Parts: sequence; C-alpha cells; structure tokens
Amino acid sequence: MIDLEPLLLSFEVAALATCLASVLGVAIAGLLASPRVWGRELIDAAVTAPMVLPPTVLGYYLLVLLGRESAIGHAFEALTGTSIVFSRGGAVVAAMIGALPLISKAARAALESVDLRLVGAARTLGASRFRAFFTVSLPLCRRGILAGVMLGFARALGDFGVTLMVAGNIPGQTRTASLAIYDAVLSGRDGDATLLSLIMTAFSMTVLIGVGLLTRQRQDGF
Amino acid sequence: MPNQLAVRLGLQRGQTQPGFRLDVTLELGPGLNVLFGPSGSGKTTILSAIAGLLRPDSGRITLAGETLFDAEAGVDLAPNRRRVALVFQSLALFPHLDALGNVAYGLPGKSSRSERRERAHAWLTRMRAAHLARRYPSSFSGGEAQRVALARALASEPRALLLDEPFSALDHTMVRELSAELVEHVNSLALPVVLVTHDRTLARELGREVTLLRAGRVERVGPASEVLAERE
Repeated sequence: MIDLEPLLLSFEVAALATCLASVLGVAIAGLLASPRVWGRELIDAAVTAPMVLPPTVLGYYLLVLLGRESAIGHAFEALTGTSIVFSRGGAVVAAMIGALPLISKAARAALESVDLRLVGAARTLGASRFRAFFTVSLPLCRRGILAGVMLGFARALGDFGVTLMVAGNIPGQTRTASLAIYDAVLSGRDGDATLLSLIMTAFSMTVLIGVGLLTRQRQDGF
Repeated sequence: MPNQLAVRLGLQRGQTQPGFRLDVTLELGPGLNVLFGPSGSGKTTILSAIAGLLRPDSGRITLAGETLFDAEAGVDLAPNRRRVALVFQSLALFPHLDALGNVAYGLPGKSSRSERRERAHAWLTRMRAAHLARRYPSSFSGGEAQRVALARALASEPRALLLDEPFSALDHTMVRELSAELVEHVNSLALPVVLVTHDRTLARELGREVTLLRAGRVERVGPASEVLAERE
C-alpha cells in the first residue's frame, strides 16, 4: 500500500501557501494597478522572477534571507521556537514563492481591466480609495483573481526544487508529493512514482480545465 | 456666496489629442447650467476636474465657499471629500449591485443596512424607478439606467451635480420625458447642476442661459436662443 502522507502534506502546505500568496498577491496587484505607484515594473519583475530563475538560485536566496543565522530567521525562531528553514514553514515559503507570480499577475490583469469610471463613480459617491477597491474593484475581478488563485494552488502543490533547497526532504515534515516521487524513483519504487504522478497530473488537469472555464465565462458575462 | 460653484482651471497636456489646452473660467450658480460644445471641446475634462478625478495644472475650484482645488495653495481635495456627484456618460452603474445597492452605495452617514435600503428605495421611488430595486444594471433599458444613475447621484446628497452628456443613449421622446423630470428635480434642489452636451436640441430645451465651449475655451455665454442659433 502506498504511503499517502506526502500527498496530504502537499495539500496542507499548498493550501497554506496559497492563502498567504493570495493576500500578498492581491495587495501587490493593487499597488501595481494604481498608476501613481513608483517603480511598478521593478516590483512586478521581482515578483515574477521566481517563474524564470533556477530553483537553486531562489532556494539559495531564501536560505540566506530566512536561515537560522539571518535576522528574520533568528526573530522567527525566538518567537516560535522553530526555524523556518528545514521545517514545514520552509516548505510553505517555497510553495508560496512559486504561487505568488501567478496570483499577482492574474490579479493585476483583472484589476487593470476594471472600468476606471466605475472606480471614479465610487469615489465621487464618497468612497475612500480603500473602500472603492474592496467594494468595486475586487468584486468585479473576482473571477480573474480566483483563476489566478487556482493556478497558484496547482503550482504550489507541485513545487520541487525550492522546497528541496529550503525545507529539505524530511518525512512527515517537508517530504511533499513531488519529493516523494523523486525518492520513489531513486529507490526503484516505480509503482509509487507512477501512482503519485498520475494523481498529481489528474489534479493539475482538473484545475487547468476549471481555470479555462472560469476565464471563458468571464468574457461572456456582464 | 451660497451654493456657488466657481471654476477656473488650466490644463496643458491633452487627454486624448496632443496639443489640446484647456483654459476656462466658469461661474455656476444654483439651478441648471448648460455647457454646450462639440466633442473635444473639453466638456468632460472640466467635469472630471470639478469632481476631483483629474488634476488640473493650474486654477482654483470653490464650491459654496469651500476650496476644492487650488493649484497655488496646493489644495486638492480627494473626490470622496468633495460631495460632488458626477453622472458619467456611460452612467457607470455598478454591475455587481442591484438598483437598490447602487443607490445605497453613496448614502451619507452611518445607519443600519435595512435603514439604508429603505432610504435608497425612497430615492428610487422619487425617480420613478422603484420597480427596478431588485434588478441588476445589465437588464436595464437606457431610460431605466438613467433614472437609477440619477437616483444614485442625488442619494449621495451632493452639493453639486455634474451630468456628462445625459440622455445620449435615449430616443427623443424619452429624452423629453426625462429632461422635463430633471428640470423639476433641479429646481427643487437649490444646488448647482452642470450639464454638458453636444446636443443642440437638448441644450435649447433646457437652458435659458448656455455656455458655449470650443477647443478648451469659453467662446461665449448668453441666452440659449442667441448662443445656439448662430452656428452651423
């Protein structure tokens, strides 16, 4: 019988990572979509970089930034008693970094497609910038953002390289499904590798079809 | 001066056409003020500047004695603090809210949800649109959307009301009906209402006095019959 723990761990880590990436991604997209923010393209590039940089480079940066000797790592450990790196927290951060660009890109595109006159109307009706964002812009791009969040979740679920660098391969702690597949192949358990791979593929395909349907409806709707 | 809207504004860069410059001074009193001009004469730009959605390069805008914008003094009140309602040419009704939600959006003051919906309903009734309360903008006809947009603007209890090419999507009988109603409401409100249009017939029907705009400047101000008669 195959060990399902890595799969459950993957979902747990990806769910947490996606929540964090959604809040952060939408906030960044909100900044990027407002014309007055200076250095928008630089921020956008920095958020997008994880899509093109080698996982080893990202992993290395995260180790330097969040490692036990770093200021952030030190503070985190003092507060919680555990380190970020080589723990479940590291796996969450690794998965979040992968999901973030997908979510922020989708959210930015969706926010930029909102009719500015609607936001203007909200402002003249007495809404602050914040209120207009939360009551007009966000509801109008919920489909686009949801599509990004779904893609981000699928991406977070499948992270391998950065997780390995930052979180290691600790059974029950950081050995997610993609790491378990790697282990299975190395130790000749082809059956396990096949099954896990098929489950991951089926899930990803389902998400992609869902995203496709979601974005197509958006074009037909309102 | 109570309820007087004084506008002096200059804009160097064109919004749509390069080389466009805006330089106007307007004294807009309570009641209906009609700004007439061809498209590209700067009408929409003026309204956006008054509402605070666009920042002019120079000038000063005061409403009922309060400074909304003053380039020299560095005053630029946020749109939500101006209490100037703008009805866009596109109406800009919120597609994700029903008519009641749209009208309730701008109601001033804090009150319970049910009370807000009640007040919003009263505004819809006043605009003869109560039957639309639970319907969404995508299902409105042109006239219905116009009524809801006007109800939403008035419900925010503005100190000035700006109308950008109202009725432009309506047939002529509907325009007559709605503009007659509008005049009725405006007369009961005692606040400056600024209506911009490039529709000569509408301008003639509504305005006793008309301001003629051309290429970003006030060409003349006078009785509608004179200002509108002499061109084209």
